[in-house]
Amino acid sequence: MEILVCVKQVPDTAEVKIDPVKHTVIRAGVPNIFNPFDQNALEAALQLKDADKEVKVTLLSMGPDQAKDVLKEGLAMGADDAYLVSDRKLGGSDTLATGYALAQAVKKVAAEKGIEQFDIILCGKQAIDGDTAQVGPQIACELGIPQITYARDLKVEGNKVTVQQENEEGYIVTEAQFPVLITAVKDLNEPRFPTIRGTMKAKRREIPTLDAAAIEADDAQIGLNGSPTKVRKIFTPAQRSGGLVLKVEDDNAQALVDQVVEKLSEAKIL
Amino acid sequence: MDLAEYKGIYVIAEQFEGKLRDVSFELLGQARVLADTIGDEVGAVLIGKDVKPLAQELIAHGAHKVYVYDDAKLEHYNTTAYAKVLVDFFNKQKPNAYLVGATNIGRDLGPRVANMLKTGLTADCTQLSVDDDKKTIVWTRPALGGNIMAEIICPDNRPQMGTVRPHVFKKPEADPNAQGEVIDMKADLTDADFMTKFIELIKLGDGGVKIEDADFIVAGGRGMNSEEPFTTGILKELADVLGGAVGASRAAVDAGWIDALHQVGQTGKTVAPKIYVACAISGAIQHLAGMTGSDCIIAINKDEDAPIFKVCDYGIVGDVFDVLPKLTAAIKKAKGLA
Repeated sequence: MEILVCVKQVPDTAEVKIDPVKHTVIRAGVPNIFNPFDQNALEAALQLKDADKEVKVTLLSMGPDQAKDVLKEGLAMGADDAYLVSDRKLGGSDTLATGYALAQAVKKVAAEKGIEQFDIILCGKQAIDGDTAQVGPQIACELGIPQITYARDLKVEGNKVTVQQENEEGYIVTEAQFPVLITAVKDLNEPRFPTIRGTMKAKRREIPTLDAAAIEADDAQIGLNGSPTKVRKIFTPAQRSGGLVLKVEDDNAQALVDQVVEKLSEAKIL
Repeated sequence: MDLAEYKGIYVIAEQFEGKLRDVSFELLGQARVLADTIGDEVGAVLIGKDVKPLAQELIAHGAHKVYVYDDAKLEHYNTTAYAKVLVDFFNKQKPNAYLVGATNIGRDLGPRVANMLKTGLTADCTQLSVDDDKKTIVWTRPALGGNIMAEIICPDNRPQMGTVRPHVFKKPEADPNAQGEVIDMKADLTDADFMTKFIELIKLGDGGVKIEDADFIVAGGRGMNSEEPFTTGILKELADVLGGAVGASRAAVDAGWIDALHQVGQTGKTVAPKIYVACAISGAIQHLAGMTGSDCIIAINKDEDAPIFKVCDYGIVGDVFDVLPKLTAAIKKAKGLA
């Protein structure tokens, strides 16, 4: 079984700060991390590999050269192989253009490995910088294969996957035959840590970089040219103004609570 | 593509087990505002089995026309089959815009349709408006974990598509006298259009109030220290007194104290209850992105510098294990329950 895992390097959005005066994003000093949901996707692939040594796990990422850091981290966790798609021409791609470029890359990597196609493609449900949850389905659609999103449980039997999908009411159980693309949620598993030995080995690995020409991308379908959506404006969200804040001192908690409840009653909120 | 050919703001009405989801009505309210600005009509596309009786409800909430695909084969949501139906509909009807709820199903369906139509899809919008040109929709959405807002447009492709976060917009009042047209449509599907197979739905057993539907939410963060306050302890007690639900920050979900379905914030649910009680939640921007639409926010936290105090209506700086039980008792008394 051949599994491809799509991973993204993202800024740790929990560390992003807003300049309180200029209301702009302070990106300096924000660490880049392995998108958390993509780690769940990789862990799912590695668990299938743990159970069956015939399973091969290949990583694919798109981004600048530094995105090799997450690919090396993925190799250190146990993936067999990794490829980076990188080209200035890909800059400014929206989800449609990104889905197209990655689908082209998936076909190229499959050809390089001498296989017809990957049996399972795994992605995180979304990347924490854009939060769109679109690129997985876009890749699946470009490749003409089914997608199963928001997977919280995943079983493989022969050429069939059975997935529990997170849903508002509970979990939908869905089946599909290979090839299939699956997106992972956090509840799917607990990602393993890279081993020290794996990290040492991954450090020395050369990661092949594929440019737009290598993936045979049509220039009209990538980058800003290939992106139907345009960002018109970026701004910081309006802040809600704060209200009454009381501090517990000595033994006055009861009095403060009564004060708040009285105001709630007055305002007919209760 | 002659953009002028594309008319109508269309809402994909999402129903579950014969009941329309609130987000469908919220979308209709927004679609109506956009359509009135552009001088256009609002259409709703309704897909499922035995769903036709729901059409009138869509009309009462703002749809001029309801296109119904009532087909036994479409009983359960299926990505590729539903996408095929919408793409065929688009080719026939040439809509200007498609609005989809940013539910798990909507976020699954939207990109599949957008890809087949090679058009732009803006995810998880929280504000919608029309540009000065009176035709381009401006889709506004949070990005970078809610730290920034981005205005996205899709100027040269049709339909303009967006998924819209549930519970951000108010549900419009129903007008029982509203008139509209119900149009029967026929889905052109073969077995090959169903690329996945629905097996079953496992409903969550707790039967409790879902946070996205709750008027009152009592949410806990890292400082709650364990699972107990969420399941039977102080958070649950106040939620029960209020008739509401227990929510959680990402930290509490990550700690395994409560299921991810209760998570409020950028990667969780967006909620806008009457009262949101944030307990031992510092108020990271990711959390705030999911709850600042609440009517009233009450915060309890030990750290007086916690960002949550900058957005709350009432804040108490103190130990949640001391303050919250007192608050529960006082609310019980005020409601005449004790």
